[in-house]
Amino acid sequence: MSDNHDTASMQDHIRVYLMVFGALGVLTVVTVLASYLNLSTSEGIFLALIIASVKASLVLGYFMHLITERKMIIWILLMTVFFFFIMIFLPLISNIDHAGDPAQWWKVL
Amino acid sequence: MYSNSNNHDHHEETFIQKYIFSVDHKVIGIQYGITSLLFLLFGFSLMAIMRWQLAYPGTEIPIVGFIFGEGGVLASEQYNSLGAMHGTIMIFLGIVPLAVGAFGNYLVPLQIGAIDMAFPKLNAASYWTYFVGGVIMISSFFMPEGAARSGWTSYPPLSVFENGQTIWLISMIFLITSSLLGSMNIIVTIVQLRVPGLTWMRLPLFTWAQFVTSFLLVLAFPPLEAAAVLQLMDRVAGTSFFLPSGLVMSGEIVDVAGGGSPLLWQHLFWFLAHPEVYVLILPALGIVGEILANNTRKPIWGFKSIVYSMVFLGFCSFIVWAHHMFLTGMGQAMSAFFQTTTMIISIPSVVILTSYFLSLWGGSIRFNTPMLFALAFLPMFGIGGLTGLPLGLAASDIYLHDTYYVIGHFHYVVAPGTIFALFAGIYYWFPKITGKRMSETLGKLHFWPSLIFMNGIFMPMFIQGLAGVSRRLADGGVSYAHASGVLQWNEFMSISAFCLGLSQIPFIVNIFMSLFTGEKSDRNPWKSTTIEWAAPSPPLAHVNFDSEITVHRTAYEYSVPGAKEDFIPQTES
Amino acid sequence: MDIPYVVEEREDTGLINSKLGIWIFLASEVMLFGGLFSAYIFLRMAALPGDFERWASELSVPMATVNTVVLISSSVSMVMAWASLKMKDFSKYKMYLGITIFCSFVFLTIKYFEYSGKFAHDIYPSSNTFMAIYFTLTGLHVLHIIGGVVVMLYFYLPISHKMWDKQPEQFTNRIEVFGLYWHFVDLVWIFLFPVLYLL
Repeated sequence: MSDNHDTASMQDHIRVYLMVFGALGVLTVVTVLASYLNLSTSEGIFLALIIASVKASLVLGYFMHLITERKMIIWILLMTVFFFFIMIFLPLISNIDHAGDPAQWWKVL
Repeated sequence: MYSNSNNHDHHEETFIQKYIFSVDHKVIGIQYGITSLLFLLFGFSLMAIMRWQLAYPGTEIPIVGFIFGEGGVLASEQYNSLGAMHGTIMIFLGIVPLAVGAFGNYLVPLQIGAIDMAFPKLNAASYWTYFVGGVIMISSFFMPEGAARSGWTSYPPLSVFENGQTIWLISMIFLITSSLLGSMNIIVTIVQLRVPGLTWMRLPLFTWAQFVTSFLLVLAFPPLEAAAVLQLMDRVAGTSFFLPSGLVMSGEIVDVAGGGSPLLWQHLFWFLAHPEVYVLILPALGIVGEILANNTRKPIWGFKSIVYSMVFLGFCSFIVWAHHMFLTGMGQAMSAFFQTTTMIISIPSVVILTSYFLSLWGGSIRFNTPMLFALAFLPMFGIGGLTGLPLGLAASDIYLHDTYYVIGHFHYVVAPGTIFALFAGIYYWFPKITGKRMSETLGKLHFWPSLIFMNGIFMPMFIQGLAGVSRRLADGGVSYAHASGVLQWNEFMSISAFCLGLSQIPFIVNIFMSLFTGEKSDRNPWKSTTIEWAAPSPPLAHVNFDSEITVHRTAYEYSVPGAKEDFIPQTES
Repeated sequence: MDIPYVVEEREDTGLINSKLGIWIFLASEVMLFGGLFSAYIFLRMAALPGDFERWASELSVPMATVNTVVLISSSVSMVMAWASLKMKDFSKYKMYLGITIFCSFVFLTIKYFEYSGKFAHDIYPSSNTFMAIYFTLTGLHVLHIIGGVVVMLYFYLPISHKMWDKQPEQFTNRIEVFGLYWHFVDLVWIFLFPVLYLL
């Protein structure tokens, strides 16, 4: 943002950045530790992605300023994320759903 | 307020700065235009060679036969090469650069009152990346391996082992990058550089179409770029992204790690390639809208519905792709899902086409050359769209998939569809770009035969397809008993194709003649409302307009009751 | 005549051109890496149960964890570089940018050892589909880091400082826009790390 931030308000931002840094460090440790838990594959995937998403949200929200960003950018990103999930899940489901009972497709997720 | 003397910050430009590495969107647009038209001509020639073979199998191909061994007759691999390259060149080197790179770059800034695109240097970079990609693609013909021959769809495992694919893939990476840079530029330009007063609902349909098209390009192309890298690695690094275990070739087990999936390529490829076909049609729909409004002297019927339909169409285009994959063994649930979304996506197309037809009612129609092409577009696109329905329904697609029916369907949409709209656009905007008028006589000499011969080539394809003639057959179906009843159409279609080629001569002559000896055009020869016509013909270098532009009206204020003339420009208060 | 909204924001969108531009570019990058993640999922499903875990066990979790911390640190130093410019402190900006560049080189060095270690044990992309997608995903990510380093070196060297003297706001915006790219590169790694090394 090119409006004038005076030094004091930048200091607030800096404090936030450092807190986020700390949080990211902690979450990284958590991620690694979680991998030593004896979880099943799908539980493991689920947990890993949840933690990664939290870290990603912190980077997106605070380092990339999305928390205060304009609607247009948010909309473009939401649309992208939507198509991203389409691209990930539809081929996945198509692959599973061959010659099987269509009513049971959700079981393999 | 704006005058040529403002060019104090542009010191005398060298020839190279002005014409080769220019950052002026108009020069870049013309560069795209010339390059893409040459590629279209080349791609057409490849098809003409193929069609000779189909009409007169075993005979020597005239003029260029010496290039192909064995008495000037095409070997099957050569036929396949021509087929794959025809498709690739027409789509990626021809239509998209013309519709988006040329028309988009040239006209979008003008239609929104801007002096240039948001990122002029990026614009130049995107053209030169396209150029390099094009050179690489054409160079493949001269490589020892020869050009690609696995279809423009490049399906593995064939494409991993067949000749010519490596260069094809490298070229695609350049072309995709060019597209990404260009479409990013268009989006930012339209969002940020509209002049005061130009609200979203006052944007002309051409610009709306370019906006939606650019989103499709930005979001749909990257997965194909990823997939192209993966296929390249399968070819050169020995990976098995797309190669399943236990693959046998020529009786021997292939020595790769295996474990890959050919279907993965198909999903990633069609994830782009379906939105790609909407990239091919949307700019055309935009151009037709402009020309219909202008030559009926009426606002377009249902402007808002058309805008919403274009946006909805763009959105839906991302969720229909597997209708190209109905025969890959997907189960009922997913086939039903994609069939449903495909049926839904026909709705916005129909809304747009119907609105265009309705726009004609009560209009004072001027039958000039751009209008003739725009009018012909309507039923041609209609045929193309309607013939798509049996393909979108899984049950009928089982019989029609990979037959000539499909070729007929998509060519109707792209050839007498998009290409006619692009011709219309060239005739329409030629005076603005060059300051000269084109000959109406030559224009009509171009139009009527083209219309007749387009139908001559593609209508019989439905007949052949319904009889079961497969596509990509080097012998045109001769070796199949079920095709025997419809093979006589081959000669008819080929002659139509050659005549279609000849029909382009008036067009080419017209362009060159008009450039040098054409009647001078004033600023607004078609008496149009949109902003590009407020600029001089041609627009001023780097600044486009010679007066300040503000917008006070919607895009198509024709025949407004009580007005002085039968049109009020957007810029008039 | 200049192109507007390079430095000042357009009122109705609240954006400058380059910021909108970079976000759209990042959207396309999401789809690019997304295509590769889709490939990962497909390949994992196509493999026999347990194969991917077995092949993935060749990777070094400690090296990747260090890399994760290094990259996150570089993200912090990048945003601090921008913050320093907002506070008109050019020497602090240089210091933080320097830290970011240093972190990038550390990342690349560790990656170099990772890759060469694999090759030394005869493990290549062609060895199995996990290694294929591992090398491709991390390789593409490395290319993005290298691209970022090139740009950062440009911003570090005096060539670009003339713009700070003449048009400080535009220079600050450039750093912000580059920072967005850099954070994205960090984001990709935040997902790559657990998916490739831990699952």
